[in-house]
Amino acid sequence: MYGLVNRSIQCFVEDTYGRMVWERIIADARSEVVDFEAMLSYDDALTGQVIEATAKHLSRDRSGLLEDLGSYLVTHQHMEAVRRLLRFGGHTFEDFLQSLDDLHDRVKLAVPDLELPFLTLEQQSEESYTVACRFSEPGYGAVLLGMLRALADDYGVLVLLDLEDANDGEAPYELLKVNLLETSFASGRSFSLAGQAAGQ
Amino acid sequence: MTFHEKGQLILSDQVLDALMPLHLRVDSTGIIRHFAPTLRKLCETSDVIGKPLLDVLDIRTSRQITEFAELCDVRSARLKLNFKQGSGYALKGLFVPLPDQGAIVNLSLGISMRDIVRDHGLSAADFAPTDSTVDMLYLIEANTTAWDETKRLTERLQGAKIAAEEQAFSDTLTGLKNRRAMDHFVRRFLDKAVPFGLMNLDLDYFKQVNDTLGHAAGDHVLQKVSEVLISETRDGDVVARVGGDEFVLAFRNCVDPKIIEKIALRIITMLEVPILFEGNICNVSASAGTTLSTHYEKPDLDVMLAHADAALYESKRKGRACHTMFMPDNPLKAY
Repeated sequence: MYGLVNRSIQCFVEDTYGRMVWERIIADARSEVVDFEAMLSYDDALTGQVIEATAKHLSRDRSGLLEDLGSYLVTHQHMEAVRRLLRFGGHTFEDFLQSLDDLHDRVKLAVPDLELPFLTLEQQSEESYTVACRFSEPGYGAVLLGMLRALADDYGVLVLLDLEDANDGEAPYELLKVNLLETSFASGRSFSLAGQAAGQ
Repeated sequence: MTFHEKGQLILSDQVLDALMPLHLRVDSTGIIRHFAPTLRKLCETSDVIGKPLLDVLDIRTSRQITEFAELCDVRSARLKLNFKQGSGYALKGLFVPLPDQGAIVNLSLGISMRDIVRDHGLSAADFAPTDSTVDMLYLIEANTTAWDETKRLTERLQGAKIAAEEQAFSDTLTGLKNRRAMDHFVRRFLDKAVPFGLMNLDLDYFKQVNDTLGHAAGDHVLQKVSEVLISETRDGDVVARVGGDEFVLAFRNCVDPKIIEKIALRIITMLEVPILFEGNICNVSASAGTTLSTHYEKPDLDVMLAHADAALYESKRKGRACHTMFMPDNPLKAY
């Protein structure tokens, strides 16, 4: 798996719980790598071990942990670059939802060999959408759930999110239901197209 | 939207604004009649409606445009424009004459888009969804982020590489170069055709020191020997410990047998000075053999090492504590 995923988990743990917790998790996951590099590749199995060990240490179930990871990626100041790149998706939250279809290809433009879930958006009614999340590894729909929850805050809208397992007869996937309750609930955070990403 | 009787499409300014938020319309005399909303945000001149186009914008094709009539005559429809007042960023433009009344000029931000968007606080809503400016800005930012991360990774790897190389290139006991480093640096002499003398040097009686006084005494002797070798050579020379008590020295730009012989004898003499270790006296000496790169038409490191070794064993055979120069015509003749 691309190091960006492992690196995200490491940053999430270190920024939220501290370096000591991370070192204990790494020892527990029997990983020889302590500090993951975002731009290098690691064995897929290692990512699974790290997630498992992290959930155990933090006494969280896997989906709860991945949801927190998703929120962290959008809200933490160290991850400002991620929030900004997502906000390019649209001027409004609904525009942003429409851009999820393209997210996979957009990310590939910048990091060609990064594998991300395929997302397919469908509008069900005026204010309800579904996002189908298909990926080689199950469970990453929870990351999407956490990210969308945080992005709704970022745009200042009120949403109800619900994740469930689905199957189209070919393969199992995850289905995220998005209900827009209020499109101008709060002022949200500002976003300027030409702004500088954090750390630059 | 209605169709004219001649079959021409009539579009309102509102429709054109939605299609092209960066366009303007002039009448047949070049007076600005309409300015689309995003273009208004870029323009620092107030009340542009009613002003001559060339008073507001500086326009070039392959040459400077000074009269509106020239603009209508130019063959190329591609324009380079910038506002006469304000930041002066270059915009790209397309000039399209209208059948009876003036022309439309549609603009795009061109290569300075990032600066223009920042300076004027533009948002995605200021662009038509078909305009790829926002996608371009996304791509610039995504690439910059990925590039910065790659650059940081390269810097970390570079630091780790230097640390690993320093460890891999030096003998931790004596701080001299190790076999790998000797190999590396002597091959550099060969690559650059630098003439050099290559000396193999073995300690004599070192095993006795180790056996009778222990490894700590042996280690101490090796450190003292290293100090002697360093003091008797120059900065550009290579001094390496390539085995337990085996050393290789390469004398850069020195192929005079007499000078090398002198250096060898001086080293041997200095190594024979008794070394004190925790109250015990350690006595060692050294045997050495040297060959010169100038002996060979195409010097080869392995061949040179073998010849230096042959000369070294000749020194051992002669009773140790001496130096032998390898001679190609008479391989084992003592110098």
